Amino acid sequence: METSSVTIATSQPVAPSRHHVRVAMNRFFANRLAVSGSILVLFITLICVLAPLLTSYDPLEMKVQDRLKPPSTSHWFGTDEFGRDVFTRVVYGSRISMGVGFSVVVITSIVGLLFGLYSAYYRRLDNFLMRINDGLMAFPAILLAIAILAALGPKMSNVIIALSVVYIPTVARAIRSVAITVREQTYIEAIHALGGKSWRVIWLHIAPNCLSPLIVQATFIFAYAVITEASLSFLGAGTPPPEPSWGNILNDGRTIMKQAWWMTVFPGLSIMITVLGLNLLGDGLRDLLDPHTNRAKK
Amino acid sequence: MGGYLLKRVVSLLPVLLVVAVVDFIIIHLTPGDPASVILGAQATEEELAKLREQLGLNLPIYIRFFEWIGGLLQGDLGWSIFMDKPVTEAIWEHLGPTLSLTIMAEIIAILFAIPLGVMAANRRGTWMDQTFMTFALLGISLPSFWIGLNLILLFAVQLNWLPAAGYQPISNGLLNHFKYLIMPAISLGIMQGALIARMTRSSMLEVLNENYIRTAEAKGLKMWLVTYKHALRNAFIPILTVIGLSFATLIGGAVVTETVFNIPGIGKLIVNSVLRRDYEVIQGTVLMIAAAYVLINLIVDLLYAYIDPRVRYDKS
Repeated sequence: METSSVTIATSQPVAPSRHHVRVAMNRFFANRLAVSGSILVLFITLICVLAPLLTSYDPLEMKVQDRLKPPSTSHWFGTDEFGRDVFTRVVYGSRISMGVGFSVVVITSIVGLLFGLYSAYYRRLDNFLMRINDGLMAFPAILLAIAILAALGPKMSNVIIALSVVYIPTVARAIRSVAITVREQTYIEAIHALGGKSWRVIWLHIAPNCLSPLIVQATFIFAYAVITEASLSFLGAGTPPPEPSWGNILNDGRTIMKQAWWMTVFPGLSIMITVLGLNLLGDGLRDLLDPHTNRAKK
Repeated sequence: MGGYLLKRVVSLLPVLLVVAVVDFIIIHLTPGDPASVILGAQATEEELAKLREQLGLNLPIYIRFFEWIGGLLQGDLGWSIFMDKPVTEAIWEHLGPTLSLTIMAEIIAILFAIPLGVMAANRRGTWMDQTFMTFALLGISLPSFWIGLNLILLFAVQLNWLPAAGYQPISNGLLNHFKYLIMPAISLGIMQGALIARMTRSSMLEVLNENYIRTAEAKGLKMWLVTYKHALRNAFIPILTVIGLSFATLIGGAVVTETVFNIPGIGKLIVNSVLRRDYEVIQGTVLMIAAAYVLINLIVDLLYAYIDPRVRYDKS
């Protein structure tokens, strides 16, 4: 009896059957938060991908005779002080926001998972890594990002690096807290007793159990990254002009707010839709994947 | 409690050391040195070398680090090259506006968020719950600076009710002070409020399922008494954690909000110092904020014991 249960524990995870996939899909589609969030995120992603097809203008092309035109049929979101089409700039700006957000999520997930798992597994390493983590988490996100960008210079790739440094500790901490409880489970002990190698335990048995919280966390990090990138660009520390990003369009519009309200309203709404979509999706996924909050909400 | 306090304070030391090291490394990665910024492009190599020596910029980096740490231990955060005064003095001068702004934002956030979160939890699933929570979700999805810009558009540009930007200290009249701070405080407070409201609701929902709430209701206590005395008090720990953590978000948000509203606070000081490459000001201010954050979290931890008598630190 015992031998058989040990064999199951050390065997490779079984691929989910079609039935399981169908049940998961049904649960996902029954969750209103997750569905509405996905629709919004999908919408912005499509705008991002299809940008050149959505507008005939060039986001950088200046036409002085068209400067500060209010929204009309030819310029849906009006024009800026250089006569550039604001709709086009907002559409292309989505590429910066989503690009930065997505890259930050990929980097923070990988590095955060690595730090979280190894920290949870090796206690000596834990003390060291978590002190660094605590230290980094003591800086307000935007302040740390500003300091890093001051050092590296305002460039999109540097914004990605800065935001990744800022958010890796959050992911590492979340992963560590789950991994620590998994590490104490009897089946992990059993694998050790059978002579299972550490890397095998970490990556094949602990890591899969951390995926749900990682996915939820990653969605929220995406949302934070979009807002923080916009704030940095607004301050002039993020994406440098003339490249359009929602934050720097807002910054351009700030001084001429009286004459050109459209430069403030539309990029802001775009940020709101994107972040709202990601937050809705995050809330929905948390309900679906985390049984504890699930119970609390019902 | 005393033993616990000592243990917590000692455990903060390595964290503060990491904060200091990170802070120092980042700032010293910055290309271009203050000497060339001060003297401008026309400066000769000799003049630059002389100024670098005067400012101590030619010393090896580890010596500068230890000198800086040594100064820190004596309460010396460094010298602002551009303002020509100690960093502590610069921080002190800019602290008032930021404190006023963040405290006002936090008060606005708490005043609205806790009652709304409690109401939403009490009436879970109703239209009221859904409306409040939709607003809370919107609140965490809006960048504070954009809210600020819209408030300026509406109340300053269109209606002309409030000043668009600037700051007046309390000494120039309380009403004047509020008139300048109300829009920045609202724009900064909305996200905090939304976070606190969401946490209040979910924390209350957990508590409302407990047996002692049913007992309190069964013995005929009034609804508000059950809600505020029995449920909220027990639900308060996670809410307090969010409020404690919100300090960091508020200071971060203040950097942007102060720029939007042109408030001469710590945020503005940092942004200006980054532009002027005033190393020691950035270093000192960022360090102060991070240290304040660590201390506030310690205070929040200690407050747990007062709110929830089950939390007793000495036994653990």
